[in-house]
Amino acid sequence: MNEFDQRLAEALARLPEYLGGHIRVSMTALALGIALSIPLALVSVRRPAFRAIVLALSGVVQTIPGLALLALFYPLLLGLAALSQRALGVSFSALGFVPAVLALALYSLLPVLRNAVTGLGGIDPAVEEAALGVGMTRRQTLWLVELPLALPVVMAGVRTAAVWVIGTATLSTPIGQPSLGNYIFAGLQTQNWVFVLFGCVAAALLALVFDQLLALIETGLQTRRRLRTALGGAGIALIVIGALIPAWSRPAARYLVGAKTFSESYILAALIEQRLSAAGLAAARREGLGSGVILDALAGNEIDVYVDYTGTIWANQLHREDVKPRDEVMGAVTAWLKERRGITVLGGLGFENAYALAVPKKRAEALGLRSIADLAKAAPRLTIAADYEFFSRPEWAAIRDTYGLAFRTQREMQPEFMYPAVAAGDVDVIAAYTSEGRIAQYDLVVLDDPKHAIPPYDAILLAAPRDAQDRGLVEALQPLVGAIDVSLMRAANLRATAAGEAASSPEAVARWLWEEIERRKTAPK
Amino acid sequence: MRHSRPDTRGPALFAMSASPVISFDEVGTSFDGLRTLDAVSFAVREREFIAVVGPSGAGKTTLLRLINGLAEPSDGSVRVEGEDVRAADPIALRRRIGYVFQNIGLFPHMTVAENIAITPRLLAWDAATRAARADELLGLVRLDPKRYRNRFPHQLSGGERQRVGIARALAARPRIMLMDEPFGALDPLTRDALSRDFRELHDALGLTTVMITHDALEAVLLADRILVLRDGKLIADATPRALLGADADPRTPPLDPYVRELMQTPRRQAERLQHLTAGRPA
Repeated sequence: MNEFDQRLAEALARLPEYLGGHIRVSMTALALGIALSIPLALVSVRRPAFRAIVLALSGVVQTIPGLALLALFYPLLLGLAALSQRALGVSFSALGFVPAVLALALYSLLPVLRNAVTGLGGIDPAVEEAALGVGMTRRQTLWLVELPLALPVVMAGVRTAAVWVIGTATLSTPIGQPSLGNYIFAGLQTQNWVFVLFGCVAAALLALVFDQLLALIETGLQTRRRLRTALGGAGIALIVIGALIPAWSRPAARYLVGAKTFSESYILAALIEQRLSAAGLAAARREGLGSGVILDALAGNEIDVYVDYTGTIWANQLHREDVKPRDEVMGAVTAWLKERRGITVLGGLGFENAYALAVPKKRAEALGLRSIADLAKAAPRLTIAADYEFFSRPEWAAIRDTYGLAFRTQREMQPEFMYPAVAAGDVDVIAAYTSEGRIAQYDLVVLDDPKHAIPPYDAILLAAPRDAQDRGLVEALQPLVGAIDVSLMRAANLRATAAGEAASSPEAVARWLWEEIERRKTAPK
Repeated sequence: MRHSRPDTRGPALFAMSASPVISFDEVGTSFDGLRTLDAVSFAVREREFIAVVGPSGAGKTTLLRLINGLAEPSDGSVRVEGEDVRAADPIALRRRIGYVFQNIGLFPHMTVAENIAITPRLLAWDAATRAARADELLGLVRLDPKRYRNRFPHQLSGGERQRVGIARALAARPRIMLMDEPFGALDPLTRDALSRDFRELHDALGLTTVMITHDALEAVLLADRILVLRDGKLIADATPRALLGADADPRTPPLDPYVRELMQTPRRQAERLQHLTAGRPA
């Protein structure tokens, strides 16, 4: 089996879960959107001021980027869930389905609402007059005349909304809703272009199929061909029912392993899942979670375990800008997580994945760069690239202010593209990760940090509050504590990025990693 | 064919003694602070055919809409079959009054038969009765039920559409018909045929009709009595003969100059026509 076939087979194996999740979330959102916008249109059709406000608001929602809208709903719902837990004793999951549905439903409001308002407002006044004249009540006028006449325009809006929602639903992956976006996010992180393409094509096909089925309903209603309407309706019903079946038949895994949106996180999540499964614990992965979402998800018992980094929590959660030695940071983070969030630190994995400024070796020699301090003079002529978070993180502020760095340009890009970009000279310096395999691959040097501006970033295994006393989980994961040094993690990361090799999927790399851990344990030191 | 008709007919004579079907008593309306009707009083007897004429903006449509509760009087009272319209349930009132519009207003998403049977449907008649009634009415307005019942309004000519409009207004067997320039948008031949057909239906079904027209000739030829409205005021209420000056009764007050001018038109048209046909060899 060649690499392409294997990746395709892998993609197909995940299709039921991702496609099912995608259909469930987008159809629920669409149904909710329609259920909201039709009454709003009816209320606003005779109230111009109200109509203007509603249309403006739904227009504003439309301008919020899909990813941001989805991400905004998560903390909102987290708050609501906590509130309802306290007030009513009922808690609901703020991760995944609910926030995705709400955000996407808001997204679908505008096209349906605008078309419904146009359709209802565009009815010939002579027909309205006739409806009154033949003795219809308000309600009868609505049901017998206005809605049927507005229907084609409303259906056109529903079709637009369906295509938007199905497309945007790919962005529900980072808030924990499995969707076709999982292919795209995972594929981008692990340079698995088969996955990226597969996700895009699947989402496009799904949108196309729905659009055509809705078109069938639309023309069926318009030309009164019941068969067409029934066929379109049956098609949609069939797809939705099909999407519900995996949800029924798949046993709910007791343990959910979280992964952030980068390759190392995917590998470690696969490793944890494999260890739990090997210990006979039913586990599954929630991949591609945004780094703003994942810790809250753990604290809320939405996921059970994942790997984070001490420096991230130190800076983002403890809001510390000072830099302390490794052990001190680890101790402070462990205590804080336990005390404030109820999260247990099961232990460090044994390596650090810190931010580091990296330059191609040749360039470093040419510019005489050995440490970040050397960079200050050259910086005004240089361009630095980093991931989307870096420049807004306190670590950057610390490095910048400590060394007085002022670069000519700062560019943000997908981490995968940073390494080839710096190697090719498109940018001069990158904010790399120390456990990144491509540092060696692209012959980069990591600049020293003599003033200790960058906090330590120990990889730590975190367990949710509800699993604090779970001996099975703790024992299953104990072998991982202190078992992975930075060179092993680099090697693993490099394997994952090595395009052209069949064994580069996170699962395969995780299996390899475990074999290495076992081998090193048994081998004499 | 009904080319001439006697001024007095049996049913009309009988109805003279009954109480009026429609009566306006000092009715005034205003719209945006403007007076649209001012102290209008008249009565319509059973089986009468009334034409309302007058220039645009005179308040003709408002007068019609007051009868089925689509407009409300600000002063005075409108009574239909003895009941004050303001006290009546407007929905029930509209269902027992036929209404034909100049714009026809057929429901574009319903077939001819469904359009005709709409008021019966609102009155919860069963489907079979409604279908039979639609066919019967298509026959009455001279459209072949088999050919027309399943067509949609956009598949009909203007004249056919207005025939369906009339059939729809008649569907629930109303005793009162209100018509707002029903034949205004039709070509002359269709208009002539349709108006004569409707007058026959009016007589045959024993209807009481109030029809708005801006065509004095149409009013003269169709109606039993003509009301002339101008600037919201009723300035004439008389038979066509009286308005044409045929009954020179010294007891009636002299006609308003506008009315005289209005009524000159059909007379002049008739004279010119006569001159043309007489002056040339056949």
